[in-house]
Amino acid sequence: MKIVTCIKQVPDTEAEIKWDIPKGTLKRDGMDPIINPFDEFALEEALLTRENFDGDIIAISMGPEKASDVLRNALALTVNEVHRLTDDAFAGSDTYATAYILAAAIKKIGDVDVVFCGKQSTDGNTGVVGAELASILGFSQLTYVSKVRQIDAANKKIVVERSIEGGIEVIEAKLPAVVSVIKGINEPRLPNLMGIRKAAKIEIPAWNADDLGIDKAKVGHEGASTKVVEIAVPPPRGAGEILKGELEDIANIVTDKLIDLKVIK
Amino acid sequence: MANDVWVYIEHKDGNASPMSFELLGIGKELADNLGSSVCAFVVGENVENIAKEAFSYGASKVYSVEDGVFKGFRAEAYAKAASFLLDKYKPEVALFRATSQGTDVSAASAASLGFGLCTDSIGIKIDGGQIKLTRAAFGGNYTVTVVNEKAKPQITTVRPKAFAMPEKDASKQGETVKESFSIAESDLNTKVLEFIKSEVAVNLVEADIIVSGGRGVGGDDGFKMMKELADILGAAVGASRAAVDSGWISYEHQVGQTGKTVKPKIYIACGISGAIQHLAGMRTSDCIVAINKDPDAPIFKNASYGIVGDYKQVVPKIIEKFKTKLNK
Ligand SMILES: Cc1cc2nc3c(=O)[nH]c(=O)nc-3n(C[C@H](O)[C@H](O)[C@H](O)COP(=O)(O)OP(=O)(O)OC[C@H]3O[C@@H](n4cnc5c(N)ncnc54)[C@H](O)[C@@H]3O)c2cc1C
Ligand SMILES: Cc1cc2nc3c(=O)[nH]c(=O)nc-3n(C[C@H](O)[C@H](O)[C@H](O)COP(=O)(O)OP(=O)(O)OC[C@H]3O[C@@H](n4cnc5c(N)ncnc54)[C@H](O)[C@@H]3O)c2cc1C
Repeated sequence: MKIVTCIKQVPDTEAEIKWDIPKGTLKRDGMDPIINPFDEFALEEALLTRENFDGDIIAISMGPEKASDVLRNALALTVNEVHRLTDDAFAGSDTYATAYILAAAIKKIGDVDVVFCGKQSTDGNTGVVGAELASILGFSQLTYVSKVRQIDAANKKIVVERSIEGGIEVIEAKLPAVVSVIKGINEPRLPNLMGIRKAAKIEIPAWNADDLGIDKAKVGHEGASTKVVEIAVPPPRGAGEILKGELEDIANIVTDKLIDLKVIK
Repeated sequence: MANDVWVYIEHKDGNASPMSFELLGIGKELADNLGSSVCAFVVGENVENIAKEAFSYGASKVYSVEDGVFKGFRAEAYAKAASFLLDKYKPEVALFRATSQGTDVSAASAASLGFGLCTDSIGIKIDGGQIKLTRAAFGGNYTVTVVNEKAKPQITTVRPKAFAMPEKDASKQGETVKESFSIAESDLNTKVLEFIKSEVAVNLVEADIIVSGGRGVGGDDGFKMMKELADILGAAVGASRAAVDSGWISYEHQVGQTGKTVKPKIYIACGISGAIQHLAGMRTSDCIVAINKDPDAPIFKNASYGIVGDYKQVVPKIIEKFKTKLNK
């Protein structure tokens, strides 16, 4: 089994976000980066899958120098190999360009059976990179996965549960597949001290556009078809009314107001 | 027509999901602006009725691909048919709903056509002949406006309920364009084995009313009370991450940055502090009622009506009032 897991480094949502307004990109330096929360589930699923089969896990992340941290964390959790995908030409990539770059790395790794990624990032938030990856690679597209029921490596088959509107869909698919996972699929483990110490010493290898055979005109600001042209803070809701007085009166007022909205049937 | 606006219609086994015509309203507005028409497109096995319904919600044309291989939704099959249509007719813009189906099909279609897309739009406008799409990023702390100059069609998913449902007029008619497109079953990677309908069937995203509980409701009993209020109102039950992580309710109920984004007409938040990641999922609800015993809880800054108090006293009182006033 050859398992790839895609990990994105995102700014901590608690932290202040700094923008490069003209470019519409994030100033990632100086921000406290964390692993995208959904990617912790993807990484854990990769580890669980490896426990059932012989195999290797290769973690990849496209991002600046700082993204090495999330890959080092993956190494501390005993993934076999990591690659940071980085090139000045990658900056400003949209979802398609991102998926195209990740796909190029997956092709370079070769003979991959399953790719795990998160449902969505907490910064760009688009939630489509997994589906785009599957489409570009021609792999089975398995999104919103809440459970991997079975992997039959010999027959190149996987059965998963997808959590979608109104219920759970059970799908059997051919491998290779891209599986994007939701929260709740597993309980991510924490690295142990020995793992952390070992990982601290490992140099994080980087692949650039040439290593990946990527046409620079197709990625980054130049290549992206989608461009962020404006960033704004949404208007505040404006604090409403705090209802004061006896509970009896408050309950009367609030229920009247809600009934007046004519939504309750 | 080259600058038409297309709306993707979702369905389950030939029955359009109730809200799938929603985007024909904003689609019509855009088309009027562009001097073009709003059209629906649909992929499936038996979709004749869907076409008729689409006309009644304002579509002037319906493009369809019908074939046995499209019985039951499969992302890759539907995306292949959708991108075939989009590539052949190259409308100006294609709108999908930001549901699991809409997202899956739009993303795979955009990728197979070789360009990016904007997801989960909450605002669409035409400015200087250019389509500008506004979406939330960073858990709703920022909105970003996105343009797509290179791609045609521009593809976007639109947050459910971001725009009003158009009026239905059953007398309206239109033209149907049937395209033949098929894929061999053996060329498809996936097979749907079964669909397990959820007991709770929480369709938070489509709910008009949500009663949501946080850590402050303290446990299972608290959620029983949430459920009781929800049942009276015909509401869905939501939850904060803290409540989900405590194991009081399942993840499918989670509202927020790493849960669902909702936009009900009424959102009642009980024992929820109002952390930014929770607000991210519900701050655009029309009317927010917050019940919290801490007068300084940030949720009050975002609530239409705030009630400072212990939910254990407040909620039963509200239940009692609703019961009397609604004759339940
Ligand atoms: C505020 C903001 C708004 C944006 N809006 C748009 C837009 O509307 N349209 C558009 O095309 N682009 C947009 N972008 C760019 C887009 O976010 C980037 O292209 C990004 O690299 C991929 O999208 P995502 O983070 O939304 O990924 P998602 O699709 O949300 O991520 C899903 C999964 O893909 C994997 N993944 C994603 N990125 C990486 C990575 N760099 N390295 C490793 N794995 C990864 C992870 O497993 C992740 O869990 C926006 C960026 C920002 C910062
Ligand atoms: C990356 C990331 C993603 C996240 N995603 C999400 C998400 O999707 N959704 C989400 O909700 N959170 C999310 N969080 C967590 C978020 O930061 C908060 O921790 C969480 O929302 C807190 O939940 P809460 O308000 O229920 O609990 P608390 O913050 O503990 O608040 C409980 C509230 O209940 C009140 N209270 C206590 N007892 C009573 C009573 N008897 N009657 C009335 N009020 C009472 C208290 O005054 C308090 O305000 C995320 C965090 C991170 C870092």
